[in-house]
Amino acid sequence: MATEPTPIRAAPAAPDDHARNPGLALDMDWIRGVQANTSAIERRAATLPGRRSVKKAWQAAWLLRAITLIDLTTLAGDDTPGRVRRLCAKARQPVRPDLLEAMGMGPITTGAVCVYHEMVETAVRALEGSGIPVAAVSTGFPAGLSPFRLRVAEIEESVKAGAAEIDIVISRRHVLTGDWSALYDEMRTFRAACGPAHVKAILATGELGTLRNVARASFVCMMAGADFIKTSTGKEGVNATLPVSLTMIRAIRAYEAATGVRVGYKPAGGISKAKDALTYMALMKDELGDPWLRPDLFRFGASSLLGDIERQLEHHVTGRYSAGYRHGMA
Amino acid sequence: MGVAEIFESMEYGPAPEDAGPAMAWLEGHGRAFGHWIGGAFTAAGETFDSRNPATGEVLAAVTQATQGDVDAAIAAARKAQPGWEKAGGAARARVLYALARLVQKQSRLFAVLETLDNGKPIRESRDIDVPLVARHFYYHAGMAQLMADELPDRRALGVCGQIVPWNFPLLMLAWKVAPALAMGNTVVLKPAEYTSLTALLFAELSREAGVPPGVLNVVTGDGAVGERIVAAEVDKIAFTGSTAVGRRIREATAGSGKALTLELGGKSPYVVFDDADLDSAVEGLVDAIWFNQGQVCCAGSRLLVQESVAEDFLARVRRRMDGLRLGDPLDKCIDVGAIVDPVQLDTIRGLVDGAPGEVYRADVAVPDAGCFYPPTLITGLSPADRLMQEEIFGPVLVSTTFRTPAEAVALANDTRYGLAATVWTENVNLALDVAPKLAAGVVWVNGTNLFDAAAGFGGVRESGFGREGGWEGLTAYTRSAADAPKLKAPQAASAPKAATVEGIDRTAKLYVGGKQARPDGGYSRAVWSGKGALLGHAGLANRKDVRNAVEAAEKAAAWGRTTGHLRAQILYYLAENLSARGPEVADRIAALTGAKGKEAEAEVAASVDRLFTWAAWADKHDGRAKGVPIRGVALAMNESVGVIGVFCPHEAPLLGLVATVAPAIAMGNRVVAVASEPFPLAATDLYQVLDTSDVPGGVVNILTGDHAELAPHLAGHLAVDAVWSFSGADISATVERESAGNLKRTWVNHGRGRDWTRTDADAFLAAATEVKTVWIPYGEG
Repeated sequence: MATEPTPIRAAPAAPDDHARNPGLALDMDWIRGVQANTSAIERRAATLPGRRSVKKAWQAAWLLRAITLIDLTTLAGDDTPGRVRRLCAKARQPVRPDLLEAMGMGPITTGAVCVYHEMVETAVRALEGSGIPVAAVSTGFPAGLSPFRLRVAEIEESVKAGAAEIDIVISRRHVLTGDWSALYDEMRTFRAACGPAHVKAILATGELGTLRNVARASFVCMMAGADFIKTSTGKEGVNATLPVSLTMIRAIRAYEAATGVRVGYKPAGGISKAKDALTYMALMKDELGDPWLRPDLFRFGASSLLGDIERQLEHHVTGRYSAGYRHGMA
Repeated sequence: MGVAEIFESMEYGPAPEDAGPAMAWLEGHGRAFGHWIGGAFTAAGETFDSRNPATGEVLAAVTQATQGDVDAAIAAARKAQPGWEKAGGAARARVLYALARLVQKQSRLFAVLETLDNGKPIRESRDIDVPLVARHFYYHAGMAQLMADELPDRRALGVCGQIVPWNFPLLMLAWKVAPALAMGNTVVLKPAEYTSLTALLFAELSREAGVPPGVLNVVTGDGAVGERIVAAEVDKIAFTGSTAVGRRIREATAGSGKALTLELGGKSPYVVFDDADLDSAVEGLVDAIWFNQGQVCCAGSRLLVQESVAEDFLARVRRRMDGLRLGDPLDKCIDVGAIVDPVQLDTIRGLVDGAPGEVYRADVAVPDAGCFYPPTLITGLSPADRLMQEEIFGPVLVSTTFRTPAEAVALANDTRYGLAATVWTENVNLALDVAPKLAAGVVWVNGTNLFDAAAGFGGVRESGFGREGGWEGLTAYTRSAADAPKLKAPQAASAPKAATVEGIDRTAKLYVGGKQARPDGGYSRAVWSGKGALLGHAGLANRKDVRNAVEAAEKAAAWGRTTGHLRAQILYYLAENLSARGPEVADRIAALTGAKGKEAEAEVAASVDRLFTWAAWADKHDGRAKGVPIRGVALAMNESVGVIGVFCPHEAPLLGLVATVAPAIAMGNRVVAVASEPFPLAATDLYQVLDTSDVPGGVVNILTGDHAELAPHLAGHLAVDAVWSFSGADISATVERESAGNLKRTWVNHGRGRDWTRTDADAFLAAATEVKTVWIPYGEG
């Protein structure tokens, strides 16, 4: 069969596919009324992997979709232009063409490439024509404790350099001290600095202490206009977990119910197995619905997940368990 | 469907569990089964079909047990019992441990077979039922090991007939078999006719765990087989099933001396307060009423939601319902499976069709073939509606709203049942205030359908009696090692030919609501001493006096909420005041019974001492915090039973009254006591002692009269929660039979006596309390 020459994506990549979240005035009554029962959330999360299962062609298709949701990421001190170009090449062609062909699939790409500011230009150039957006982590990532003025300037620099998405980190201290208006103002400022670029608010949930705080911070960031809420930098002791995810996506659902606005979700850190990805996707499908299985509303922040998915896909095609070196590295 | 298409649609696909090994096991038995008796299968006899409710496919032919089959099973169990008990707890522990391991080793085979036979989703049989089965055997292996040290005064009952339902076939087997075997009993178990297969598999595999022949026997068949087991020479019947059948079993076993535990139906409230984590409460409902298609005795089937959040909450429920996946139970991606049988499906339809209120059916695809019923929510009902009161036993949730915590409790308790209850609130004050007020054997706070072998499970009211699991569950499978003495039943002195009448007339009335009341019928009986002296008159109470006394006891409900400390003080005060009148009371006893002066004095002294003992216990019958495998605690709280009717022994007219009434009121119950029939005046002399000891009116009510005449009325009263009989009259059968009306707890002597000089605290504490298990999961962060 003829394959399309240009890569297809699960959804158009342009930043303005759906109405962006304009935000709301800070609603403190809402924030104070937020409840999150940890043990109940943990129990629900614990049963999730046992409740949903996709097999055979469905599993292959879901894993291919998972690839289109990945923010292929490198956030290391030793990143170089060469390393980033290699990552971008993998983002353009994440799965071996013979495997795609065997599954009757055209080419696919990852959801985005995610780098530090210094690598944005390199990545933008490397991805030219691919439609793959570049995301930049920003605002003094990962701790977010550099001077506020510089954090805002960092966003502006990255946008100027061509980043279509900015992953900001919130000031955890505002959550831990209950200074919700400070958090709101900070997020508002970051959002404004992003201009046309979509903004993902990294809550660093592993440092917020409680799921109640996770829920409250989610609402405040959404009220302040976050396009996405994201769990972690990947640098905290605990990163994305199912209980944290359930808490955040329930907040997204409540926000949509109240405003009609859809906010995206990005779990990051710790999702490295194909099976984990499928569990997350089932969670999104069941709790939020199919729109959250597309890259405009859902991303995985992951670096090693792709490798496991590639091996599973080869197993699907050949019936044999695969080896890592049979797939091109990032 | 191709990968590219699914990539766009992102649908779930089929994810079937392989039925092959289970089918191979059935094939290996020619798809026809006899009974498991004496360690081997009998040949199949007259059979009926066991079907897969999801497809209608016949899985196997199962034998309808004849009277001969039941007799053979009982005989095998009887023969095996002494050896099994003598083998000792340590030996039994090894067998139970091996059973636990076997269940784990064959876990998938059990899960698949259960799902094929019952229709429940494979997720539930695999992740919930089978692990709980293994847990139950592990736990009770430990109980067998500890029995000699921890329960030195208890021994096995003997042969237990056990009848289990179709909703959790293997799990209910475990709940019944594990404690029975642990305590040295042998078993004849009958699975429900819809779902016999996992019991047969378990029986066959039990050989590999070293269960000696005859220790576990399984006979199959319908309710007629159950009736045969109930009627057979067994020492105990344990039944889980419908309230209607439980009532019949209560009536059928009345007076037989067979121990009985009943775990029956429910209409369990699910209470959502306005400060709850609503999304978690919605998810809890999925576990409450859409678990096992709602075919769960403790299903949270009656939603009570605070008015201020009702609209929001119900909208979330409906949305969640639409996300449930209904279909092939063997599919690993299915939430709601098949109803167990077309008969049950018709029952559900019959109850829901034409129901008032607003009926919302989940927007899900329902398979054309097989027994499926969509998750359903009925809103806008009031307690007066039939569906708010009757158990549906299907995936149908009914709901109404409340305004205040007090109203929530009132609505929750407005039911004949009392199995389980669920409370959702983030307010610890509210949760811990409401949980004890709910009429239920199990209360879950911010969770639902949590089970564990260490935590007692069982109900109050018409949900039955007895507990399964925990230390409290073992009383149901053991008896006192001490043999009961012969019953002494002295008779009243008959009227003399020549009467001696001296002094000022003292008229003893009845004691109702803290006041003396003339007997309604206007009759009294002259009470004579053995020497022909008129000691006084005792009123002859009738059914209306029973009614009045129970009403007074009901009104004194506040007694159950007093502290143990307060009750202790009152009991000490009673002792003090009785002691002050000791010589007078002793004279009375001597005159009534003909006892020697020293004996009568000893009875008074023993009575004073017994009051001290129960005063001591009043603030010491502590509950337990159970080590359940969750982050949280399961509290076993000892609560009062409620209103207890007591037929006091004929003998020991004062001590018999004190020894039975004192433990009851010490634990917070209110009592309607019927005094010693031949010697009633020892009780009537207590009226003034009660009056002067700050016992609130209605806490102790005393009637005098004919036990046999009063027994059906007191035992049959629907507001009485328990009846005890130590009477010299032959009323045990009457009490047990009449108790079936509201399935109140009974404790009767079956014509055996009791040594009243012994306190027997364990027995009285157990009878005077209900164990309520309150599950409190916790965690923040």
